[in-house]
Amino acid sequence: MSVLVYVETTNGKVAKNGFEAVFYGKKVADKFGGDVVAVTSGSADDSALAELGNYGASKVLVNKGLNDADDSQTAKLVQAAADKTGANIIVFSHDLIGKAVAPRVSAALKAGLVSGAIDAPSDENGFTCKVNVFSGKAFGFVNVKTATRIISLLPNSFKPESGGSPAAVEAFDCDCGAARVSVVETKTQDGEIPLPEAELVVSAGRGLKGPENWGMIEDLAKELGAATACSRPVADIGWRPHHEHVGQTGVAIRPNLYIAVGISGAIQHLAGVNGSKVIVVINTDAEAPFFKAADYGVVGDAFEVVPKLVEAVKKFKASNN
Amino acid sequence: MSEKYHNFIIFAPHSTNDIVNHKHTQKMKILVCISKSPDTTSKIAFTDNNTKFDETGVQYIVNPYDEWYALVRGLELKEAMGGTVTTITVGTAADDPTIRKALAIGADDAVRIDAEAKDAYFVAKQIAEYAKDQGFDLILTGKETIDYNGSQVAGMIAADLDLPFLSLASKLDVAGTTATLELDITGGTKVVKAELPAVVSCAKGMAEQRIPNMRGIMAARTKPLNVVAPAGVEELTSFASYSTPDAKSECKYVDPSNMDELVQLLHNEAKAI
Ligand SMILES: Cc1cc2nc3c(=O)[nH]c(=O)nc-3n(C[C@H](O)[C@H](O)[C@H](O)COP(=O)(O)OP(=O)(O)OC[C@H]3O[C@@H](n4cnc5c(N)ncnc54)[C@H](O)[C@@H]3O)c2cc1C
Ligand SMILES: Nc1ncnc2c1ncn2[C@@H]1O[C@H](COP(=O)(O)O)[C@@H](O)[C@H]1O
Repeated sequence: MSVLVYVETTNGKVAKNGFEAVFYGKKVADKFGGDVVAVTSGSADDSALAELGNYGASKVLVNKGLNDADDSQTAKLVQAAADKTGANIIVFSHDLIGKAVAPRVSAALKAGLVSGAIDAPSDENGFTCKVNVFSGKAFGFVNVKTATRIISLLPNSFKPESGGSPAAVEAFDCDCGAARVSVVETKTQDGEIPLPEAELVVSAGRGLKGPENWGMIEDLAKELGAATACSRPVADIGWRPHHEHVGQTGVAIRPNLYIAVGISGAIQHLAGVNGSKVIVVINTDAEAPFFKAADYGVVGDAFEVVPKLVEAVKKFKASNN
Repeated sequence: MSEKYHNFIIFAPHSTNDIVNHKHTQKMKILVCISKSPDTTSKIAFTDNNTKFDETGVQYIVNPYDEWYALVRGLELKEAMGGTVTTITVGTAADDPTIRKALAIGADDAVRIDAEAKDAYFVAKQIAEYAKDQGFDLILTGKETIDYNGSQVAGMIAADLDLPFLSLASKLDVAGTTATLELDITGGTKVVKAELPAVVSCAKGMAEQRIPNMRGIMAARTKPLNVVAPAGVEELTSFASYSTPDAKSECKYVDPSNMDELVQLLHNEAKAI
């Protein structure tokens, strides 16, 4: 019996979600018994992988021959590792890779999948786990009926704490078949903080009147070290790039701080940001629905308030150094 | 997949902005998975001791990802290359109005697997069972349903049919039997290629929403909606109960001229910066 955690590595490093997933896997193991084993592929160096031990992994299995794995190869890797370790609980991060691979493993093993878990499972009715449903407007408690269970963890649900000692890293060669999806090109926005990973987000909506007014939003984001986001109409009219669109039909985020400027707070917008820990709303209209979801509100004109806020953050940073 | 259509020779038209500019092209047989979801403004409440979603007054719509992205991109590919777009839904007669909406937007015909959609595995197995010997080139789904937000069905269909799965695609083009896609990745996108047949889950960027016109709505009434008996499948999971979040505490207002105070609150009280 053990808990198997799939961990993504990029550019020789363990992805942030990987530490979260292992830390979570340890919580699951504490409750349901067994060790935590992590599995990964690619060319991360052993010392980077051993660090997963500090978050609860007793062992890391790595298939170094498997690079640029597609969804079915990664699924086969996880299945082979589950077979080897006798894992009866498998943990993924509910990120882009987890969303592609966890369902494949679930169907192949006929093992029930809890996707987007926000808490550790309980043993109620055997195995029950809490997830967000209705785009964050409610919670659901999913009961898994199968002997092997799969959980994908919603990113940012736990802050991993290190404590243990480095894990043993073991080469794990298994036949994962040939790739059927080939990568032609990878495009990343250099220097920008990827929105789904950002701890702080500054977002703006139609209240800003036009794309030429985004300078102050970018200034504020830069001072805070935040990513920028926007409401749907703003992306639709082309004021901002599509990848910044947050909400029910865009990206769902759960940063520590979400600052919304000139956004009314329509229910479809809130659905993508209501998992944020702290929400600040800046809007001229005191009746804007967003204030009902806000922790801190500023009723005022963005064109006056935001530059003042940029100055205040600068001052704060200067005095804190 | 088995049955292939004849190769048609279509000469590239002079107009460069015409979508059909392949030297030759193959007719596409496309299956689009359509689910219903509560209107995005619905009040979310539960009954029966918090074990059932309260449907009182809830309007159902086609799940936005399925409609705006999967279905419309399927139609665009059909328009460019020829072929057919069939929708498939696992659901009861209560789903028929949303299926007709998809037909009004332009699908040729619809299949409904006549069963209550239990969990994602149940739904995926039904769809895979239906699709397995039909020769579809592409199976398109939405990124997720906006009620249960699972992102599970598409990957499970791919596993069951042993097909490549392109998860969260924001672009999809087909030339011959090769699909080129753009997939969202953390902090960017990647361009990938895969041979058809394949399963693709569709996210924002794929296509623009289409509003059905009167002719489409009229035509939808007589398009075939084939009701098929379900296969025997056990679900793997179920929702035991639900809860709603605690009401948010009151918003604390800060004077617009005093942004230093806001920064202090965010630092000392909220510990967010
Ligand atoms: C099926 C469906 C899905 C949707 N999905 C999404 C989604 O994913 N994400 C999303 O964002 N929307 C989504 N929407 C759209 C959503 O309903 C709203 O229309 C949208 O969020 C409004 O954007 P906004 O707040 O930027 O604009 P508006 O509603 O126009 O609000 C602008 C706000 O700016 C304020 N303002 C004006 N001037 C100033 C100023 N000088 N300073 C400060 N404030 C000012 C106004 O008081 C107002 O509150 C969806 C809609 C549907 C039907
Ligand atoms: N009952 C259903 N019938 C047909 N397709 C479905 C059904 N449920 C989900 N799907 C498809 O699978 C996608 C992902 O759903 P989910 O895994 O539930 O988030 C949806 O966007 C639909 O395209």
